[in-house]
Amino acid sequence: MYQFADVFAFLILSAAGLAIVFGMMGVINMAHGEFIMCGAYVTVGLVHGGVPLPLAQLGGVLAAAVIGVVVEVLIVRKFYSRPLDSLLATWGLSLVVTQGMLIVVGSSVAGIGTPPGSFTVGEYSFSVYRLVLFGGALAALALIYVIFMRTRFGVHARATMQNPRMAQSLGVRVGRIYGLSFGIGAGLAGLCGALYAPTMTLIPTMGATFIVESFVTVVVGGANVLLGTAPAGLLLAGVRTALNAWAGQIVGQIGMLLAVIIIIRLLPEGVSGFLARRSR
Amino acid sequence: MLRLVNGPQTVGNGPAFWISFLVVLVGALVYPLFADAYDVGNFAYFLLWVFMALGLCLMWGYCGMLSFGQTFFFGIAGYAYGVLAINFGGGTMTLAALVLAVLLAALAALVLGYFLIWGRVGGVFFGIVTLSATLVLAFFLGQTAGPEWRIGEARLNGFNGMKGMDPLNVPWFDDETLYFEGSSLYYLAIGMIVLVYLGLRMLLNSRFGNVIVAIREDPQRAELLGYDVRKYQLVTFIIGSSLAGLSGVLYTSWGQFITPSSVGLPAAAMPIVWVAFSGRGDITATMVGSFLILVAFQTITVHSQQAALILMGAMLLTTVMVAPQGFVIGVARLVGRLFRRGPSARAGD
Repeated sequence: MYQFADVFAFLILSAAGLAIVFGMMGVINMAHGEFIMCGAYVTVGLVHGGVPLPLAQLGGVLAAAVIGVVVEVLIVRKFYSRPLDSLLATWGLSLVVTQGMLIVVGSSVAGIGTPPGSFTVGEYSFSVYRLVLFGGALAALALIYVIFMRTRFGVHARATMQNPRMAQSLGVRVGRIYGLSFGIGAGLAGLCGALYAPTMTLIPTMGATFIVESFVTVVVGGANVLLGTAPAGLLLAGVRTALNAWAGQIVGQIGMLLAVIIIIRLLPEGVSGFLARRSR
Repeated sequence: MLRLVNGPQTVGNGPAFWISFLVVLVGALVYPLFADAYDVGNFAYFLLWVFMALGLCLMWGYCGMLSFGQTFFFGIAGYAYGVLAINFGGGTMTLAALVLAVLLAALAALVLGYFLIWGRVGGVFFGIVTLSATLVLAFFLGQTAGPEWRIGEARLNGFNGMKGMDPLNVPWFDDETLYFEGSSLYYLAIGMIVLVYLGLRMLLNSRFGNVIVAIREDPQRAELLGYDVRKYQLVTFIIGSSLAGLSGVLYTSWGQFITPSSVGLPAAAMPIVWVAFSGRGDITATMVGSFLILVAFQTITVHSQQAALILMGAMLLTTVMVAPQGFVIGVARLVGRLFRRGPSARAGD
């Protein structure tokens, strides 16, 4: 159960940003892993500079979000009518950033160590920080829900998601909505990086660690991110945890991928499509 | 049958094109007589990647399926060749290993393709699912360092990669063995490229080729016209992926090693860059462009691998922003327009 929470947190945190961007704009952001890296690096950099960890993490989120908005305005904006090209453009960006970071900061920087503290259940000992990660995942989901269901921006965003032209003619500034959504997506990626920064070694290619999980969660979730991401995370975390416990990490990952391939064969529209049809 | 090398789906159909094709071919054939052995070996190395690019061009440019999984099949076939060549004990059996390895890649493409295509996974999802499969394969191969990861005699060796397999070879005159290394590998690669290139041209200009182009333009319309879109897509996917497998076998044979890094990132992005930059719409452009990029890439890699990869990323970014059809195609069309300003000149495009 505890393992499950851990895997679930990892899936949700790494996928949330990607899912928002995909759901809003139909764009798969291949540089998603690099926003995660950005969040992690800024966090670690600030901690080294003497800033307390939670504030540093906030800094990481904000930095990723701001860069996200800039990237949207400069690059992604030009490709809304050509989703495949946006995939390629962001992939090109991702290559440039990863390799650029390798040149600029070298292959690794000093980590900051997981915050201490643990508790025991029966004979097992668990780190408190893992609970923080799980809390972070739930908070991210709650935040998405509040932003998109309870604010004026959310109403405009959902209107844009449904029909951009119609929304525009009703006075919604679609361009700004897109820019902000991309920023939120990048910020969530930054949050993922910031939260995981203390637990892993920072290398410029660390984005690749997250990207498979985020891809498969979004694919299984389907087009409607508000409906699909959380159940997809639950489903995949279940598969993954069972296989991890049974045969180890790598079988868990392969098994999760196979599960995804079978799920998309059975539910072509993803979990959200399935749920939407059921509720009709 | 042979007439099909010319047709509406390929650029360059006139006598001028075929004369220049022959000139380039003859130039390529006599090149080893003038160059030193090291350069010829390098050229053979560049050529062996071209199959992968041609395969991607077929799937993406002609059929509209953007697969990010070329290195997945490259890795499967490359490792399969290594395992088989080691277990067969090398020698002439390496040819059997070649065939079996490519067939294995084709089989993997059949299975993966079945689930994706029959699941109606299209557009961006097709790309990221194939990429996920590729990355998982790379992770898997990366953790096979322990001695328990062996298939027969062959140890997979994790990140350090598998090595020690025989290169491709055939028995030659006087009881000697011809190993495909250096200039003989170069000639083998040239011969295979000519075969694959002409074969693909015939395929593309045949009925099959016209159907897959129709699918690229509008899958629904193609389906309503009575074609089973899924079968055509699956066959295209298998052919394109097997070509990546062929590259993988030749690569393993060339260096007698293969590592997980030729499967994972950033290797998986490379075929996309070559094909996007060259122009996915035409196999001639892809062939020429990929080769040129490989030569340039190698020149820069000697100085800094990171710089070379940054350049690749920047090339991909600029290509989609400035010339979505690809630079080589753009330049070729420009040149064609300058030289032949007749009313019939544009017919071949």
